[in-house]
Amino acid sequence: MLGIIAELSRWAIPVILLIVPLVAMLRGVKVYETFVDGAEAGFATAIKTIPYLVAMLVAISVFRASGAMEVLVAALSPLLNYVGLPAEVLPHAVMRPLSGGAALGIASDIIKTHGPDSFLGRLVSTMQGSCDTTFYILTLYFGSVGIKKYRYSVILGLVADLTTLIASIFIINMVF
Amino acid sequence: MVNIVWLLLMVSGIIVAAANGNIEVITKAALEGANDAVKISFSLIAIITFWLGIMKLAEEAGLVRALAWLVRPLMRFLFPSVPKDHPAMGAIVMNLSANILGLGNAATPMGLIAMRELQKLNRNSDTASDAMCTFLGLNTACITLIPTTIIGIRLLYGSADPTEIVGPTIMATAFSMSVAIVVDRLLRLIYSSRR
Repeated sequence: MLGIIAELSRWAIPVILLIVPLVAMLRGVKVYETFVDGAEAGFATAIKTIPYLVAMLVAISVFRASGAMEVLVAALSPLLNYVGLPAEVLPHAVMRPLSGGAALGIASDIIKTHGPDSFLGRLVSTMQGSCDTTFYILTLYFGSVGIKKYRYSVILGLVADLTTLIASIFIINMVF
Repeated sequence: MVNIVWLLLMVSGIIVAAANGNIEVITKAALEGANDAVKISFSLIAIITFWLGIMKLAEEAGLVRALAWLVRPLMRFLFPSVPKDHPAMGAIVMNLSANILGLGNAATPMGLIAMRELQKLNRNSDTASDAMCTFLGLNTACITLIPTTIIGIRLLYGSADPTEIVGPTIMATAFSMSVAIVVDRLLRLIYSSRR
């Protein structure tokens, strides 16, 4: 099963790149000209994200470098121990929505210290694999079209992250 | 909400650094963050330009509409405000499929293309529409079939079975994706009655 999915991932893009231009040509589309027309907006779209990403990544970087996360972890750990989340994975849970790179660093560290096949190793692997960097996605996607008011999407993203966290703990306890 | 999160990150960072007596890290961290942001945006120019070109071809060839038509029942349910067969539907499906297959390089540009299409339907150009909130909720809670990076790290540290976490990961994301869909509906109701 895993092999099939891996093959699918390997072939997906080459197949799209083969089929799309061929079908376009068969339907009388001027392929080269149309590609260039579409691609024209690429530069503007990417550049438009700069102010949004700068704002968000500066705040996250300041938060990370200051040691504020350690303070937050110390404050939250009695509460989270109560619901069954081991204190070791709390820094990962806090960083996961903010910074993909930082979360991956924390996950590697836990896997290295406790072993990949320990409870903590499996838990943090599942947490790393099943979440996305919520704030990065929000900032990038909204930034690219100039949206400043995010409405309930921040709450929705955080609820989804929290759900994944709880589900991971529950499932790892059940499966292994 | 995003204003509060942003302010909290900045203010708590600066206060803690001051209390720890290493206030000098703040300026450096701020500049590093800004630098990373610009690097990310620049690195996106290439893949976005490339995929915008391919997607324009797919659109002209009628493939985006065909894809949107194929998954119409599900998409009608998730995005009632988007007209059926709208190109946004096709782009959303492409983005979610790329996410599921773990094709990060294609998922991001597809997502940005979907946002462009959703923005065309948006009445209030600086405020997120319902469909956008749903799309981002699905996106951040999206199932990944093979979390390649973490499997690599498990292998590196001598796991007896590096891929054993694939099953739990799929279960966890399937659960959180379902919760996200329900919570999205609830929040949509609450926020639409507020306006």
